[in-house]
Amino acid sequence: MSPGSGESVDMPARRMEPPVTPVTEPFWAATRRREFLLQWCRRCDEPIFYPREVCPRCLEAQLEWRPASGRGTVNAVSVQHRPAMPLPAFTDGPYVVALVELAEGVCVMSNVTGTPPDEVTVGMPVTLTWEALSDGRNLPQFQPARAAP
Amino acid sequence: MTNGLRGQAAFVGVADAASPTGELELTGRALEAAMIKEALDDAGLSLADVDGLCYAGGMGMGSVSLAEFLRIRPTFTDSTMTGGSSFEVFVEHAAAAIAFGLADVVVSVYASTPRSDRRRRGIEGGPGRRRWQMPGPNPMLEWELPYGLRQPMGAYALAASRHMAVYGTTAEQLAQIAVSTRQWATMNPRARFQDPITVDDVLDSPMEASPLHRLDCCLVTDGAGAFVMTSAERASGLRKPPVYVLGTATCHDHQMISQMPDLTTTAGAVSGPRAFGMAGIKPGDVNLLMGYDSFTITQLLHLEDLGFCAKGEGGPFVEEGNIGPGGPLPTNTNGGGLSYTHPGMYGIFLIVEAVRQLRGECGPRQIPNSYVAVAHGSGGVLSCMSTVVLGTEEAR
Repeated sequence: MSPGSGESVDMPARRMEPPVTPVTEPFWAATRRREFLLQWCRRCDEPIFYPREVCPRCLEAQLEWRPASGRGTVNAVSVQHRPAMPLPAFTDGPYVVALVELAEGVCVMSNVTGTPPDEVTVGMPVTLTWEALSDGRNLPQFQPARAAP
Repeated sequence: MTNGLRGQAAFVGVADAASPTGELELTGRALEAAMIKEALDDAGLSLADVDGLCYAGGMGMGSVSLAEFLRIRPTFTDSTMTGGSSFEVFVEHAAAAIAFGLADVVVSVYASTPRSDRRRRGIEGGPGRRRWQMPGPNPMLEWELPYGLRQPMGAYALAASRHMAVYGTTAEQLAQIAVSTRQWATMNPRARFQDPITVDDVLDSPMEASPLHRLDCCLVTDGAGAFVMTSAERASGLRKPPVYVLGTATCHDHQMISQMPDLTTTAGAVSGPRAFGMAGIKPGDVNLLMGYDSFTITQLLHLEDLGFCAKGEGGPFVEEGNIGPGGPLPTNTNGGGLSYTHPGMYGIFLIVEAVRQLRGECGPRQIPNSYVAVAHGSGGVLSCMSTVVLGTEEAR
């Protein structure tokens, strides 16, 4: 399975591409330089994901963006044997959707690529990689940590 | 724990519709009206008696629109939408409304015909018929949909993978839930599927989203149902033996699966004990569990979260045959969402079957000596759990 290797490829127009909202604009802007920003509440000193207008613990609106480590662990995994709608980039075979627990302690949904789907297991260490979107943004993806450069 | 609502309201009429073809002739308002009439007839009441309405359909203002159609003027109205658990939430709200005198006779109805709709539209087959679209802010568009998780089964698959990794639950154990549920369906002539299946049948069915196979997943069928509730006082003079609401509670802890705090524990671990506490019962007192089985993993989590077995012990619990015919915890005796019917929001069928079992109306699948039943709804992707404890006069 080749998609998600981080190489820039021609994306099929059919792919569901994430919209950008005012609160998430910094996140998506950073993906253009392949940087994964996490929102943090300074008062709670806790990361927030997905990005929100306020901290869901203390309702503080003054939040800041900090780069994430890009390291994580597979928390849950499912191989999709038929593609979802809207279509993801990969439609030529089974692909992996996982919940990845980042080192910072938040959980994100993503794909794990660069390894046969059935070899992705709960507890597997993974690192961040990127998949190009059609407008210059990049979609965060993960690959097994052992395959990381 | 307050027991304030215990025994104050009762189910006095129920109805549901499903068929082995998976399709129904009626649709939309016609089907809803038929269900309301059947449930009111069951109670010996008429539309003129109805002063409370609960409805989860429509695109907003659902109960208001339905009341206009019915030309009724409810003094208690509820358009709450929590997915498949909406109907258990309605029971909670209606019991409170009745207890506080906001309404005397409350009706809820549901009808959905996805299977025949598909045929009528002439677009049978092919992916993407169903779009998950929600109005308003929708973080799912940014944080889940781009990754291609098949919905809804993919979300449940993630939960199953986590449960397997943490507790050693096996695909065979999950499959046993489908097998036990199908055993019940063989005794329901209206069930979509009535032929017995084996664990191997489940494991040999196509993998949909690992680790869930097709037979781990609920059906897509037409179906409809209704229930009528009133005060315990009024219920005692009606046509059928009242089935009392002994306890109710609701809890939700996420909408998107990626925001679920712990994939192996649902909000049912909150709603279940609260509802049992109100009813004054323990898991061992339950004669029938109607647990929303959207997928086999869903039912496994219910068994643990409601306290029928310890966390992580759901696999061995079902493997021992506890939930099938002859087991100590008869579960989903109508054949469940896995084998009876699943039109999208299955929660109303949990209540209808529980009421009928407690009245002794279930024919070959009737559970003898049943006094306490639990209807446990699950809405969204393990998102909103709502538990209702029902009981006969003896249990009141």
